[in-house]
Amino acid sequence: MPGVETFVFYGLAALIVAGAAGVAFSRNILHAAFLLLLTLSGTAGLYFFLGADFVGVAQILIYVGGILVLLLFAVLLTNRIGDVRLSNRNVGMATTIPVAALVAAFLVAAMALASWPHTAAVAAPTTARLGDAFLREYLLPFELVSLVLLMALVGAMVIARRAVREHDTPAPSPAHLDAAPGAGGGA
Amino acid sequence: MSALLGAAPALASIGLGHFLVLSAIMFTLGLITAASRRSAVAILMGVELILNAAALNFVAFSHFSHGAMTGQVFAVFVVVLAAAEATVALAIVLAVFRAYRSVDVTDVGTLKG
Repeated sequence: MPGVETFVFYGLAALIVAGAAGVAFSRNILHAAFLLLLTLSGTAGLYFFLGADFVGVAQILIYVGGILVLLLFAVLLTNRIGDVRLSNRNVGMATTIPVAALVAAFLVAAMALASWPHTAAVAAPTTARLGDAFLREYLLPFELVSLVLLMALVGAMVIARRAVREHDTPAPSPAHLDAAPGAGGGA
Repeated sequence: MSALLGAAPALASIGLGHFLVLSAIMFTLGLITAASRRSAVAILMGVELILNAAALNFVAFSHFSHGAMTGQVFAVFVVVLAAAEATVALAIVLAVFRAYRSVDVTDVGTLKG
């Protein structure tokens, strides 16, 4: 008799697959972005289901709260509202689908051939142990990834800032005011 | 296939194979998105799906290997690197849109011979 965890898993799995299929096949890019929200939230739910509480909260905070909002901003900034209906065209489905099916078959075959462990861990709070792992075993990758994050944020600002400066909109943004005194100097 | 989904009481308990199959489905849909879309932002969504599938695998392996922390550590790294990647990629998308007035990746072909 299937327990409650079976229902929880299949519910979350249906949420994830439906959202991912929507991202792959939706005609409207705004719908695709909102369906990605479904997939990311479902994955966070599965993290809680697996007893990974910290990773689940990080998923919600960073993916749903950060990356998804960033994607929505990019959609709204770069798509003209007029052609939003045809904003998300597909090309080359005739070649993409067979290649993707091949990859999926390969993945499932690899899973079926390997033997996997079956002992599930007992659910326990993971945050303290995760912090311990970050500051002992994985200290170097942890520091490196923070460096990568800093460089990425500064680089993104540099790349996107030029767009603000050369774009002559009269928007009273702080970036516009910043750019005004150095306009003659160039860079 | 029966080894994949566990032994006889497979329906009663969710095993590692369930998560691996789900993650493979998510990966494949992300691959389809990244390969077939024309909008650069939609391609990014496909990449996010692929990264998410990988992170789900990491956490599932962590759970089913006596609760070792390594998988969760890598999942956190995946989330952080996905954030960095999305930030830079969207800045590039904005710069491309400024130059070409389009985010259609087939329009951006100045370097093509």
